[in-house]
Amino acid sequence: MLAAMLGEAWHAMGSNRMRTALTMLGMVIGVGSVVLMMAIGQGAQYAVAQTISTMGSNLYVVIAGSTQAAGVRSGGGFGFTLRVADAEAIAELDDVTYVAPVHQGTQQLVYGAKNWSAVVVGTTPEYLDARAWSVLDGYVFGDSDVRSATRVALIGKTVVDNLFEAGEDPIGKTIRVRQTPFVVIGTLGAKGQNLDGRDQDDTIIIPLTTAQRKVFGVPFAGSVRSIIVQASSAEAMPAVEKSVTALLRQRHRLREDAENDFYIRNLAAAADSAAETTRVMSLLLGAIASVSLLVGGIGIMNIMLVSVTERTREIGIRMAIGARQKDILMQFLLEAIMISIAGCLIGLVLGIGGALLTNAITDMVIVISGGSVIVAFTVAAGVGVFFGFYPARKAAALDPIEALRYQ
Amino acid sequence: MADGPVIRVVGLGKSYVTAAGLFPALKGVDLSIERGEFVAIMGPSGSGKSTFMNLLGCLDTPTMGDYYLVGRNVAHMPGDELAVLRNRTIGFVFQGYNLLPRMSLEDNVALPLVYSGITREARREKGRQMLARVGLEAYANSLPARISGGQQQRVAIARALINAPSLILADEPTGNLDSHTGEEIMALFNQLNDEGITIVLVTHEADIAAHARRQVRFLDGHIVSDLLTSELPQAPVSPVIPAPPGLTPTSEARRC
Repeated sequence: MLAAMLGEAWHAMGSNRMRTALTMLGMVIGVGSVVLMMAIGQGAQYAVAQTISTMGSNLYVVIAGSTQAAGVRSGGGFGFTLRVADAEAIAELDDVTYVAPVHQGTQQLVYGAKNWSAVVVGTTPEYLDARAWSVLDGYVFGDSDVRSATRVALIGKTVVDNLFEAGEDPIGKTIRVRQTPFVVIGTLGAKGQNLDGRDQDDTIIIPLTTAQRKVFGVPFAGSVRSIIVQASSAEAMPAVEKSVTALLRQRHRLREDAENDFYIRNLAAAADSAAETTRVMSLLLGAIASVSLLVGGIGIMNIMLVSVTERTREIGIRMAIGARQKDILMQFLLEAIMISIAGCLIGLVLGIGGALLTNAITDMVIVISGGSVIVAFTVAAGVGVFFGFYPARKAAALDPIEALRYQ
Repeated sequence: MADGPVIRVVGLGKSYVTAAGLFPALKGVDLSIERGEFVAIMGPSGSGKSTFMNLLGCLDTPTMGDYYLVGRNVAHMPGDELAVLRNRTIGFVFQGYNLLPRMSLEDNVALPLVYSGITREARREKGRQMLARVGLEAYANSLPARISGGQQQRVAIARALINAPSLILADEPTGNLDSHTGEEIMALFNQLNDEGITIVLVTHEADIAAHARRQVRFLDGHIVSDLLTSELPQAPVSPVIPAPPGLTPTSEARRC
């Protein structure tokens, strides 16, 4: 019976092609835009998530407080309140996975006839673990390098590209930072831009002690500008922030009423707000697209109502020869569902095509998930049932005698 | 299948609610039609014969009385059961043929089988058989618009016969046809009746009614006469006018 009904619905769709096509157009545009918008929205979310993951997860940055000299206050990170010993103490706290003291600044690098300005990060090996930064080639310096302030360097991809000829192996080569020669012992995996748009690969990492003694120079030995702290999990972050604050206040012998002489920044918070923004954006895109799906559904209802009126006599004939009310209901409902599903399939193809085209033209990240396709398809079928039901019900409720008399 | 009359109505009545109040279209009719009969229902407009036909066809339910179709009282059956009865027990032939214009003749003929739950292959097979029975198997895949009115009515008769019904109800089946083609259709009905099929025909044309073996006349919601055709005084039969050569009968309606 169902097969026969499907055949009938197919036949009815085929017998008025122009009208069927125009009815479908509503669904095509609706589903197409939902798929396209979701692809763009999810793409943006993916891109942000990708950026966030390059920063490393569950990170705090503890920054030294500002200094004041003759009434001139410097910004955060230029005071000398944080010490390497603070970092070592923080590492002893619960729920802290990695701690890395950092002293960084921009310096000019020279190799052969080429020179390039990059961010020089003086730190300990834990820095790479906390930032989840892989070493592409070579090896990472160890704690002994930090202790003895050896002149070794790990260099980022952008630095490699700008200092070395294509195909040249940088490992074992000697580059100069300011006037100090460094041996390149490893190259870093690419990370891309951070949330601010800064190129994270434009970086050279050297042991902290070397940075402080040979490159930047520090007036107070053992002081450090910032410390990166990684909590064991997102849930542990508030507790870690509290215990780090308490520990540092105690170590710095701050009085109850004194302000902190350091700042704690939560990198995840910035990341979360960026993720939230894209999430809202993709929701908004989806909502706008859903409206077009709704309009498509109303279009189907409209046409089905016209179709019921036009085919009143046919309904009367079918009833006279034995169609029950539910048969008639089913016939028109199936027709509506078939129109929406056919429209949906075309919409899916166009939506995915549009997404791929957008990707090709704009380099925007596109994510077409099975989930969004299934959602679009289910919604389309639902729209068919929902908007097809009223006309179908109207058809089924016709009086066969009246319907047969209808001209 | 139960023995006894195909149709037995007892005190059957139908009233319509109109703006002017309750209007009784059929005022308590008793009638019995045996298996194999060929009955013509006659009467002027408003005599109640159409109301009676709708009740016989299970398209409507009576407001009083009982209707036994093949032994079952169907007067108060719910709509879906009536639909099944219409599908299995009754074959309809209408004045305007009522074929579905976008379906092939074969599919039109087999349409009742869709609602009997028959498979597609079996429907095709049966549809072709029935078309052959009315001599139109050559047009199985044509659309109704491709054939003449008389041929369309033959297709409609094939459709009415496909479920081997106990009863054929024909409502002015020759009303849209020229008299020559009308005679052909009546000859087909006579042939079917000879094969034992029960036929009830509504007409207001005496020469059409004359093909039936029994004529029931309605007036003002009552049966006023119920006679065998052989008992009736010979009605003046209008001469058969042959169609001019080269002119095919059309489905052009001659509304009465």
